[in-house]
Amino acid sequence: MKDLHPVDLSAHIGTLTLKNPIMPASGTFSEDLADVFDLDVLGAHVLKTIMHGTRTGNPTPRVCDMQSGMINAIGIPSKGIDHFRDEMLPYWAAFKSPLVVSISAHSVDEFARLCGEVSLPGVTAIEANISCPNIEADGNAFAMRPDTTHEVVTRLRAETDLPLWAKLTPNTGEPVEVARAAEAAGADALVTANTMLGMSIDIGSRRPRLGNVMGGMSGPAIKPIALRMTYQCARACDIPVIGCGGIATLDDVLEFLIAGARAVQIGTATFQSPTVMARLITELHGWMTERGIATLDEIIGSIEAPEAGVFE
Amino acid sequence: MTQIPTVVSVPVPQGLRPRCSEATCLVRSNTPVNGEYRRLVLEAPEAILDCQPGQFFQLLCPAPKGEHPFLRRPMSIYGYDKATGRLEFLYKVTGAGTRGLATLRPGDAFNVLGPLGHGFSMPIEWQNLMLVARGVGLATLAPLAQMAQEKGRKLTAICSARRPELAMSVGLFESFGAEVIVVHDQDGSSTPEALRPLIESRIAQGMVDAFYTCGSSRLLRLLQDLGDTHGIPGEIAMEQQMACGLGMCQACVRSFRVGDRIIQRRVCREGPVFPIAEAI
Repeated sequence: MKDLHPVDLSAHIGTLTLKNPIMPASGTFSEDLADVFDLDVLGAHVLKTIMHGTRTGNPTPRVCDMQSGMINAIGIPSKGIDHFRDEMLPYWAAFKSPLVVSISAHSVDEFARLCGEVSLPGVTAIEANISCPNIEADGNAFAMRPDTTHEVVTRLRAETDLPLWAKLTPNTGEPVEVARAAEAAGADALVTANTMLGMSIDIGSRRPRLGNVMGGMSGPAIKPIALRMTYQCARACDIPVIGCGGIATLDDVLEFLIAGARAVQIGTATFQSPTVMARLITELHGWMTERGIATLDEIIGSIEAPEAGVFE
Repeated sequence: MTQIPTVVSVPVPQGLRPRCSEATCLVRSNTPVNGEYRRLVLEAPEAILDCQPGQFFQLLCPAPKGEHPFLRRPMSIYGYDKATGRLEFLYKVTGAGTRGLATLRPGDAFNVLGPLGHGFSMPIEWQNLMLVARGVGLATLAPLAQMAQEKGRKLTAICSARRPELAMSVGLFESFGAEVIVVHDQDGSSTPEALRPLIESRIAQGMVDAFYTCGSSRLLRLLQDLGDTHGIPGEIAMEQQMACGLGMCQACVRSFRVGDRIIQRRVCREGPVFPIAEAI
């Protein structure tokens, strides 16, 4: 063993220091995972998006398979802010890992009000889900356009002193402009990215495989899209970027870090293998130890120029 | 080389053991039972064999040629024995996941997650049990027979099928001392109209303290009606398409009637076993 240099897995997201860069993606994590491993090993806990009131979510079927991935149209069932404050927050605040609360809303006013209301002791940061494709018709979301992104993030910023992360969407044609709008409006970090709008049809019945017709694609199939967006945003913005999208292996984690991500979120991979996040932390530590890499700074943003053949 | 069977090692809080585990099992056999069903027998690590009848596992199915099952497939437990490290599933090949399962050969490694969910209960007041199920639902109820024998309860199993030779688990129920009645579509004995007087005659003789069922909405409605009329409780194992199987994704919700309210519950977490009276 070349364990001469102790390895420090700390990830720095603005003013926050996480003990390692591995955290769950919103919507793929709950207290139920504590049945499988010790959740305090995680760099942070990111909860499923809450909305202000109660919501039942979309009709079933809510998920379907696709090649190397899945499509979901869960539709954010929510028990509302009161349930979060009274029931969920005491449970999560007892862990050592910092708590990141994901929020969303239909209108800017409702979003801003919720942001203020969840800024409670025990909450470490707020992730603004401005990119869920399952709330509005045809996958529409604030983060589709720079102007709506700027408007909503400005209002959220005014409501909280907590670190504010903006979760972006790969469905926009203007990812860099949207990222810059979020940064200009005061976001402390970007999460790239949410699911990509898709659909699937059963040819036998000719029915859509999802009750809500369209849904968000996730898993290894969309990893190159999320990686591309992570690279674009890290290059265009000064605030930290957190990679998210199809990450399942140590190689995937390293790819996102090299592209410029300061930490990563693991989502769909947990559905296939609920032990994956715990294993990735151990594997990343082992990989750095073997190579004598002391900190993540030696990896983050270390992407080299392509070895490009030039035609005369 | 990794030893099989083995549990995926992860950090757990001090003094606790995980309620369920991801484990690599070894395929012992995977053979047809009749024209429709196949039986998969695994050698499993001891850590995942503290099961209850009615619980399920999430199976990481191999990809059959030209198809790509991505999500795990939930499958109720057909049999388990901690002493011999045996875990069994009974399945019908219907889609990409089960077509993948059918490709498993003895000696193959196979990843499972479980045991998951809440199984059947058998309170002390339930001395005379009646199980009414159809098709692959009978596989889900099979472990109940052993539990009933161990607890010294009397069990009547009404096994429904399209044809008499397709009735599942008959020999297994009999081996655990159950009285088995096979009903089928060919002679019309499986219709709710034919079953009602059969079950009511047993109720009249005091032979039914509780019902168990799985796999048929017609049977569910019949048992709900009989249970309501005669004050007989019972439990049903339900199905729903799942992603995680642990409760995180909220994909597998169904509606239930509790008092005069309709509420949503996750089949994987709050179930898959629910009171018959609350099922919709």
